[in-house]
Amino acid sequence: MNVLEINNVTKRFGNLVAVRDVSLNVARGELCAIIGPNGAGKTTFFNLISGYFPPTSGSISFDGQDITRLATHERVKRGMARTFQITEIFPELNVFENVRIAAEVAGGYRLRPWINRAEAAKIHQHVEDTLKLVGLETKTNRLVGELSHGDQRAAEIAMALSLKPHLLLLDEPTAGMGDQETYQITQLIRRLHRDSNYTIVLIEHDMRVVFHLADRICVLDQGRMLAQGTPKEIAANEAVQAAYLGTAA
Amino acid sequence: MKAEHTRKLIVLAAIWVALLLAPYWMAPLGGYTALATRVLVLGLAAMSLNFLLGFTGVLSFGHAAYFGLGAYGAGLTLKFLALSTPLALVAGMLLGGLCGAILGLLIVRRRGVYFAMVTIAFGQVFYYIAFQWSSLTGGDDGLRGFSRQPIDFGAFKLDILSSANSFYYFVLFCFALAVGVMGFILRSPFGRTMIAIRENERRSRFLGIPVERHIWIAFTLSCFFMGFAGALYALVNNFADPRGLHYSQSGDFVMMAVMGGMRSFWGPLLGATVFVVLQDYLSSVTVNWMSFVGLLFVLVVLFFPRGLLGFFQRSKA
Repeated sequence: MNVLEINNVTKRFGNLVAVRDVSLNVARGELCAIIGPNGAGKTTFFNLISGYFPPTSGSISFDGQDITRLATHERVKRGMARTFQITEIFPELNVFENVRIAAEVAGGYRLRPWINRAEAAKIHQHVEDTLKLVGLETKTNRLVGELSHGDQRAAEIAMALSLKPHLLLLDEPTAGMGDQETYQITQLIRRLHRDSNYTIVLIEHDMRVVFHLADRICVLDQGRMLAQGTPKEIAANEAVQAAYLGTAA
Repeated sequence: MKAEHTRKLIVLAAIWVALLLAPYWMAPLGGYTALATRVLVLGLAAMSLNFLLGFTGVLSFGHAAYFGLGAYGAGLTLKFLALSTPLALVAGMLLGGLCGAILGLLIVRRRGVYFAMVTIAFGQVFYYIAFQWSSLTGGDDGLRGFSRQPIDFGAFKLDILSSANSFYYFVLFCFALAVGVMGFILRSPFGRTMIAIRENERRSRFLGIPVERHIWIAFTLSCFFMGFAGALYALVNNFADPRGLHYSQSGDFVMMAVMGGMRSFWGPLLGATVFVVLQDYLSSVTVNWMSFVGLLFVLVVLFFPRGLLGFFQRSKA
């Protein structure tokens, strides 16, 4: 069954058509990478999926339900989590507190004026497990704003994971990172996909990362879906080479 | 971690001991009990504002409206409805809180400067109502002709009207109650979503927090606390003043919060103490007392951006 089904979405900003008639299905457990040159509409496409703004036309369904017009927090409640190209975290709180907020919201406690010991212990355990999964278990008391770029990204992913999402959207997870950090994050995403079986859609510029991780690659160019296929198919696709890979090589 | 925890407990104990003994140490220092009572009430108002400003990160410049509504609610109850101090307090709190809840629905979609402007505008509406509706509110002269009533516990009567000390302890009790609830909320999952919104609104939204709804709840709670403080203020003066609703009064509350330190729970109380004590002392010396308070405010903002309490905390650490 498909987790995400996107049918013919278009997004216009005035005269600019940022995303033009794009369709995409993502199956459960799949890792789908979206690539494309700068200005191809990748982030706009992500914003449409996560509900940052609604599409001009077309429809999006998630777990079989139409979510085209739903607000962001409603989508999150249904199991969609996302990270951003520029890390969005709570810089003045420590790692544990960052993830705890996410875990409490996901646990349905966000409006509660109190929390009992058993519930707090459960949340605590969930946070620690999540931090272990992303490899931040030794840094729980550090302020997130003081961590390295890669660790901040890991913390952001931990926040997304603690929502127990059915779909993880990662917007350029290795943006602005050195080789070592890129490797760490790539390994983390690989573990999440292979071992924990998360369904992941990611935008990425680094082709090594994309070809290493993706089950399927979608190429956007000037707002259009240029090609979709396995990494092998995409590498052999002449249109893609002309539009994108050709210029990079 | 443990040392920090102990230090916090010591500071907390020191604050409460100082407040409990205020009537005894204020007098030798040249103060008087009624001054301490004013500090408590305005401190509670500043802390109520800071519940929103410091912990949710939205700046209301019209919070005096809910303070003033609390005062009028309490005054009108005592004057026309019932000679009961507790009832007056509840009525004031409800009037401030409910008006805040209704207007909050219109306000919370705005952010930043626009939020502040809309809060000012709604605040001024209440100011002009109180100013114009003379038959009910006394207009420019304010609401007079009521006074706080002794509280009857059956076995004994607490004379808060003529005994300044009894009244101080009554206000301290109310203050402790309100501040206790505030602290409790801030330590709860809901309180943590407030801090999340302050720290990063976009991330909060993408964690599944309906940001507008949470800001509305925080705004409403803050207005209830504000109404409660306003009701106490009417009891302090046996008088409700339309200027208590004016945006300049809102500005005073913001000044107290920022001067004391808006990132800390107790900062606004310190800010209110400095403000009220300076006002009391300087206004007997010069009519331009506000210039001096303003100067101090500017100095604090320039040199201790985390407020006076932030400065003390840093120098201790």
